[in-house]
Amino acid sequence: MNNKKQILEGSRAIALAIKNISPAVISAYPITPQTHIVEDLAKFKADGEANYEYRRAESEFAAASIVLGASATGARVYSATSSQGLLLMTEVVYNIAGLRLPVVMTCANRAVSGPINIWNDHSDVMSIRDAGWIQLFAADHQEAVNQHILAYKLAEKLKLPVMVNVDGFILTHSYEPVLIPTGQKIKKYLPTYRPSDGTYLNPKNPVTLGAFFTPDDYLETREALHNDLRNSLETIKKEYQVFQRAFRAESANDRNHKNDNGLWTYYGPAKPKTLLIAMGSAVGTLREAIKSNPTVGVLKIKVYRPFPAAEIATVMARAKNIAVIEKAVSLGQAGPLYSDIKAGLKPTAIKNLNIKNYIVGLGGRDFTQKMIAAIIRDLPRKNEIIKFIGKI
Amino acid sequence: MTKKIKNNKFLSPGHNACAGCGQLSAAQAVMRGLNKDVIIANATGCLEVTTTAYPQSSWGLPWIHSLFENAAAVASGILAALAQKGDTKTKVIVQAGDGGTYDIGLGLISGMWERGENILYVCYDTEAYSNTGIQASGATPYGASTTTTPDGNASVGSTQRKKDMLAIALAHGVNYAAQSTAGFPDDITAKVKAALAVDGPSYLQILAPCIPGWKINNDEAVLMGKLAVATGLYPLLEYRNGKLSASSITVASRKVAVSEYLKNQGRFRHLKNKEIKIIQKLADDNLKKYRL
Repeated sequence: MNNKKQILEGSRAIALAIKNISPAVISAYPITPQTHIVEDLAKFKADGEANYEYRRAESEFAAASIVLGASATGARVYSATSSQGLLLMTEVVYNIAGLRLPVVMTCANRAVSGPINIWNDHSDVMSIRDAGWIQLFAADHQEAVNQHILAYKLAEKLKLPVMVNVDGFILTHSYEPVLIPTGQKIKKYLPTYRPSDGTYLNPKNPVTLGAFFTPDDYLETREALHNDLRNSLETIKKEYQVFQRAFRAESANDRNHKNDNGLWTYYGPAKPKTLLIAMGSAVGTLREAIKSNPTVGVLKIKVYRPFPAAEIATVMARAKNIAVIEKAVSLGQAGPLYSDIKAGLKPTAIKNLNIKNYIVGLGGRDFTQKMIAAIIRDLPRKNEIIKFIGKI
Repeated sequence: MTKKIKNNKFLSPGHNACAGCGQLSAAQAVMRGLNKDVIIANATGCLEVTTTAYPQSSWGLPWIHSLFENAAAVASGILAALAQKGDTKTKVIVQAGDGGTYDIGLGLISGMWERGENILYVCYDTEAYSNTGIQASGATPYGASTTTTPDGNASVGSTQRKKDMLAIALAHGVNYAAQSTAGFPDDITAKVKAALAVDGPSYLQILAPCIPGWKINNDEAVLMGKLAVATGLYPLLEYRNGKLSASSITVASRKVAVSEYLKNQGRFRHLKNKEIKIIQKLADDNLKKYRL
């Protein structure tokens, strides 16, 4: 049955993929909208369909720490969280990257309190964008499934943690046709995790992990992590190709686009007048909106950290007017994606391009076709650079 | 009579702790209770900072430090990974100070105990945040002057009572809970062995006199550890399955008044008779509570 497309809830699709990836240790704590994933994983275990150790934690802070400890002992691990849970984990999230542990975690993206709001936006993940994790963003169920499998390959190869971001409710609670690769098929692509001797906690070869760094060594360690993360862009691109070859049916949607290098996918004319840039499920809405507009293109960013600034700049150079549409804001500054894109552009490009920032969908506000039309109309006008698009 | 002690290589000398540190000598006593099939999760604190200044390490056992408050949960993760590998031989041990145990890590310790995991948690109780400069913690006793509960014309130092961490452990139904002090290294070693022989969660709390924190001479950590027991302020205790199985408090040990313990410690030097009486009562209450 796994060879056929199934109509699945996003959370269930992710949970089934994780089961087939077969991690050794899972730990999690309930928070909406991530809960369905870890409930499903608990049920698989209860039904005797899975072999992993499942540890109930008393907080997200503990859940992240449990998978940290298990990963440091050489185990493949998984956790999932959202919003406040991710913020509570923050200290551990940074520590996992600093310890170079290949932890994979799903973030079912949700707004951050206050005011309290359980619905989707990207405020949560943006709070830890500087932590040293690879950050992937999925636009639909199939991409979410694929990115989780890819995430483990990248994490274990690069010794870097990977977070897969899926829009809360929009992806986690909706149903789409999706292919779940079998455990056997996944294992061929992603062999059993065997960390090299001397890199994990093992009485046969005792090592000290998490030592105390003085000013003599700390800077170089952070620089090394930064460089490894930057250099991982090339590995991500290569591994994406390998993934597409190994999972042809699962990546059929992407392979139809020649403008897809693993870091981003471009949809639209060769030389668009207008380019709309976004991450996550909003891309689906954008693609639908521009179907009948031959002058507009959409750039889906799939890898947010490391940030493929130069790669994005090459696509941007094709257009004149560019809208960076995002579901987060760095309060007192601008949208984080917009700031990152601007920071990656050469001065000449900044001069020649009209780039504006549209903040949409915060706290689960519907992002509609009407809004997209309004953005396209507004873009050439000389007015504010950063705009919140709420009610149209 | 002196006894020559041979340390194993689990915690090498050459660390950066203060001369005469009570915690490091207590840690050596803990190490003498272990064999090589152990993984240690260590909280942030003096023990971590003084033994792992990169690129050196004093540890001869697999050892991890993650954060201040999460050593208990890290240990749970280690145990889960071992369980998945089918490794039932390797023991998992947490080491933390009183700040990491009584205060910031308490919730995660509660979670670990709830899960009923076979982990030995060792708390080195210096009765203050020694590593950050002797600020008061939940383990700081009444009357102690710390940098955040300083004595002064309008202050007797800490006015809080020391939190009863052993009772908190017992309330979680831990299979083995014990208390010792750096004055009794053989007792520490014996309790580590006893704890590891028990299946399920165990908790060992060791009073570890801190030279700068307690403002004592660097040859007085053991003496203070002994006096803490002899006065009844910090009795040697051992609970098995919730039942007090051994207590060092005897009528004879009560011959030492708390003033003998307090007078040599700079952190208590400001105390007047009124406060000393309050502390004497704490020792007397301990006698009633723990006397076998």
